[in-house]
Amino acid sequence: MYVAVKGGEAAIANAHRLLADRRRGDRSVPALRIDQIVEQLALGVDRVMSEGSLYDRELAALAIMQSRGDLIEAIFLVRAYRTTLPRFGYTRPIDTAAMQVERRVSATYKDLPGGQLLGPTFDYTHRLLDPELAADPEVVEPEQREADGQRMARVAEILAHEGLIEADGELPEDHLTGDITREPLEFPLARDSRLQALSRGDEGFLLALGYSTQRGYGRSHPFVGEVRIGEVELELDVPELPFPVTLGRIRVTECQMVNQFKGSAKAPPQFTRGYGLVFGQSERKAMAMSLCDRALRAGELGEDITAPAQDEEFVISHSDNVQATGFVEHLKLPHYVDFQAELDLVRRMRTEHDKRNQPTDTDQREAAE
Amino acid sequence: MKMDRRQERELEAARKVAMAALATAPGDELKRLCVAAGIPNEAEMLRGPETGLVSVRGRIGGGGAPFNFGEATVTRATVRLPGGEIGHAYALGRDKEKARLSAITDALWQNPERRADIEDKIIAPLRAAQAAADETRRAETAATKVDFFTMVRGED
Repeated sequence: MYVAVKGGEAAIANAHRLLADRRRGDRSVPALRIDQIVEQLALGVDRVMSEGSLYDRELAALAIMQSRGDLIEAIFLVRAYRTTLPRFGYTRPIDTAAMQVERRVSATYKDLPGGQLLGPTFDYTHRLLDPELAADPEVVEPEQREADGQRMARVAEILAHEGLIEADGELPEDHLTGDITREPLEFPLARDSRLQALSRGDEGFLLALGYSTQRGYGRSHPFVGEVRIGEVELELDVPELPFPVTLGRIRVTECQMVNQFKGSAKAPPQFTRGYGLVFGQSERKAMAMSLCDRALRAGELGEDITAPAQDEEFVISHSDNVQATGFVEHLKLPHYVDFQAELDLVRRMRTEHDKRNQPTDTDQREAAE
Repeated sequence: MKMDRRQERELEAARKVAMAALATAPGDELKRLCVAAGIPNEAEMLRGPETGLVSVRGRIGGGGAPFNFGEATVTRATVRLPGGEIGHAYALGRDKEKARLSAITDALWQNPERRADIEDKIIAPLRAAQAAADETRRAETAATKVDFFTMVRGED
């Protein structure tokens, strides 16, 4: 017999009302504004845009406000919102060589053309908490220096002429660019679909996997060839105009990881590469992504697949934090019937187990003797 | 008078630049300039303003095969002026009023008699503001450039 049970409407409504109250907090404290979040929690906004896979600062800030600062909840909200909008098309691929650079460093070449530009970085800070910030002190304007206008070549171009570094990743000419938001995931993935999944993947998960490759689980000898952050222009081809229309600019972080490779049956000794590209200023994520991209190319480069970070199905199937949180968190929802059924089953198994292990009369007699 | 192909291309290039300036403009600034320039506020809406998504593409390794790495909100609008000119607008974000004004401005821009005025009063100030903001940013970044120097060691 199946009995449907209803209930909890009033409890749910009151819980949501309570949530709204707790989200707002003490009313004597001024409410946050969206522009404050966009301006002052900018890297949290960037993370929500990157893993929510939607570039829109105000929406990401609203999501952070609504989720009380729970970034995975905010990412969930953004992902849900994007499903309500029609798709106008695919942009032309961005040109990161034409980026308006705000930060650019290389760990492999000290004197690369364009130089090392630190930009607004946490690197080299002492990581000491600054109690004075709480009093909103005056902040001095940034120093300025005349820019030399030197073209910032990508690091790959520097080693390319010696043939010691592999070229940018090409796919067969007849390959149609994959889109994991339109087609279900089917393993093995082409590198384009894999990069799409990694770019929206959970920063913590990819960071841990990238770290695991450094510690020896699928060692890939990485160097940061280059990290660059800045704005790039987006262009879209539309039928009503005879030229690609400029949509505006977005900020992205790009990481070119360069990996020493001793060669295999499939490829000669050379520097191979992993690539990271994410929305916003998200250096840690771009680096982790490039480590994972390189690790996942093990099969293509003829390396042994021995470590979790090299296992495409494992990495890609578990990198999406919206899917992960959905499946983990659903466990707290009512499972009364499932549990009742399992309880019956365990009771039955226990009875049978006890019966099997109950000392028979003969056993008892033997033990007594 | 028929334009030759070269003139047509130059005109297209100029329109592309003007549309880019409109797309990149902050909404409030564009509204202020439109009011100051006396841009007609009424136009027949042929499409939108409506908000949707574009899938943003990068290239593997920076220059290789394309891949999608996320989406962005885009708002677009198409208008027709009483004179028959049709204007389009596309811009990142969800500012519908900005898209509508941009489309009206694009339509007016196509009228050769209005073009110089639109360029002067709207496009040029937007481009100048953008160029100044870019220059400031470049200079601020340049100040964080590392100047390496060599430490001379030895006995004296």
